Amino acid sequence: MSARAGTIVSRAWLAGGYLFLYLPIAALIIYSFNDSPIPNVWSGFTLKWYAALANDREMISGLSLSLQIAFATACGSVVLGTLAAFALVKYRRFTGRTLFSGMVNAPLVMPEVIIGLSLLLMLVSVQRAIGFPERGMLTIWLGHLLLGMAYATVVVQARLQDLNPQLEEAAMDLGARPWQVFTLVTLPMIAQALMSAWLLTFTLSLDDVVLSAFLSGPGSTTMPLVIFSRARLGLNPSVNAVATLIVLLVSVGVVIASLAIARAERRRQQDIAAAARGA
Amino acid sequence: MQRLTHFWNWLRRGRTGVIGLPYLWVLAFFLFPFLIVLKISVSEAEGVLFKDVLTLKEGLLQLSLKLSNYVFITQDDLYFKTYLSSIKYAAVTTVLCLAIGYPFAYFMARAKATIQPALLMLVMLPFWTSFLLRVYAWKGLLTEKGWVAEALSAVGIDHLLFAMNAIPALGKYMNSPFSLVVGMVYTYLPFMILPLYGNLAKMDLRLLEAASDLGATPWVAFWKVTVPLSKAGIIAGSMLVFIPCIGEFVIPELLGGPQTLMIGRVLWDEFFSNNDWPMASTVAVVMVLLILVPLAVFNRYQAQAQEATR
Repeated sequence: MSARAGTIVSRAWLAGGYLFLYLPIAALIIYSFNDSPIPNVWSGFTLKWYAALANDREMISGLSLSLQIAFATACGSVVLGTLAAFALVKYRRFTGRTLFSGMVNAPLVMPEVIIGLSLLLMLVSVQRAIGFPERGMLTIWLGHLLLGMAYATVVVQARLQDLNPQLEEAAMDLGARPWQVFTLVTLPMIAQALMSAWLLTFTLSLDDVVLSAFLSGPGSTTMPLVIFSRARLGLNPSVNAVATLIVLLVSVGVVIASLAIARAERRRQQDIAAAARGA
Repeated sequence: MQRLTHFWNWLRRGRTGVIGLPYLWVLAFFLFPFLIVLKISVSEAEGVLFKDVLTLKEGLLQLSLKLSNYVFITQDDLYFKTYLSSIKYAAVTTVLCLAIGYPFAYFMARAKATIQPALLMLVMLPFWTSFLLRVYAWKGLLTEKGWVAEALSAVGIDHLLFAMNAIPALGKYMNSPFSLVVGMVYTYLPFMILPLYGNLAKMDLRLLEAASDLGATPWVAFWKVTVPLSKAGIIAGSMLVFIPCIGEFVIPELLGGPQTLMIGRVLWDEFFSNNDWPMASTVAVVMVLLILVPLAVFNRYQAQAQEATR
């Protein structure tokens, strides 16, 4: 195979792959502006499905619940994930480390139906014993937190492993107290990992169907549950409209966040370079 | 130096909290719930409650295990078939993801260094946007008059798929093994690409030059050098696809049909439609047994990857 043919194959393969990844998203967005209620029959441009969303109380209350849970999940996951990542990276030996890392990593691949069923059965047993907690927002949050923690741990851990421990040691030599070392040296260096972990767990929670279905109670229907119950029945233009809004918001958010993270990282590298020149 | 020991002392004192808190958390919300599932799967239902497995009767500790669910599952044809077909669909999905994802990751890793971050971002972006909505979108693409359905029929691929028994009739793609596999490959492809890319991007290209100096053609060098070196990425990616696919529920529910038996859906129905908690628990325990070996492989790989970077 000549080099030129190789380039063509490589470009075509990448283009095909991206087409496969983005085609469904494009279709969702385009058909959200379709005037005809019959799926796949284009009959003109309209914004009526978006206007209808404003009166869709089920969807709006679902969205508000989902946002609250996603916010709480992201915050909790980052805290627990950072602790777990510290435990795994900074303390290389402790009793039950293998079991711990296994339990932290398993939710990444474990089928969600198993996690949902087992958490629910446990919460029901606990509730029978002590009368708490009722199924609802709190229980959904607990489920999402378990999943979110696993993802946050992986993200933070990868960053912690790349850190140069000499920087922390240097700070201590210069007289920083341990807590200051953590807040002034370690934390700024892992800040962008914490930010990505927060965003990732936020979107994860905002999207989850299976855990929420097991753990929700009467009156606590999250937005994905509303979407799922409509999507099960067939194609529905209101779902397309919601989808378009979510896809746009998330893409804009993620792109802005990653640009900001990249800029902060560049500035940090420049500072390091400047400091190195100064010395 | 004294400050350094001070820091280590502080870390050591903080150690209990730093390890203890997440440890207790996963014990309480991951391991303990699973033990309850195990218990319920062998318990006798008493109305809405379950009999204790262990009881103290007349000073004797009695253990009563109800194994009938397990006996039923192994003897009932439907469950057996469902487990088999879940493994089959998960395996087909994994192979297809590897076949599409490996060249994709390879070409990404060999693209110009300046555009690689953008290429990576483009793989991650759909991953950030809602999985549920992207699966739903395939419903539109594959139903009659959908873009993909039209395109496939135009080139006549439906004849091939029909011959393979992957679609129920010519020109009908939805609610078939085909639509299920398309949905699963689509959803899990980034999980295959990302570890492979991470692995291939780190590869030392001088090894390929060495192979070529020693007389290997690019094709031979690819199979004898690149592929063996990316073994870790292949294993990680395959496990990240295979294990969740076995228990997948949302995709078979939205894109699958009556033909496509998946165990995640059976568990869901036992729980939500039949309200048979012990049976749902039994199905879950057997599913865990099924993924135990791949799970151990995955965990070993993760642990190794964590050690390797130090």
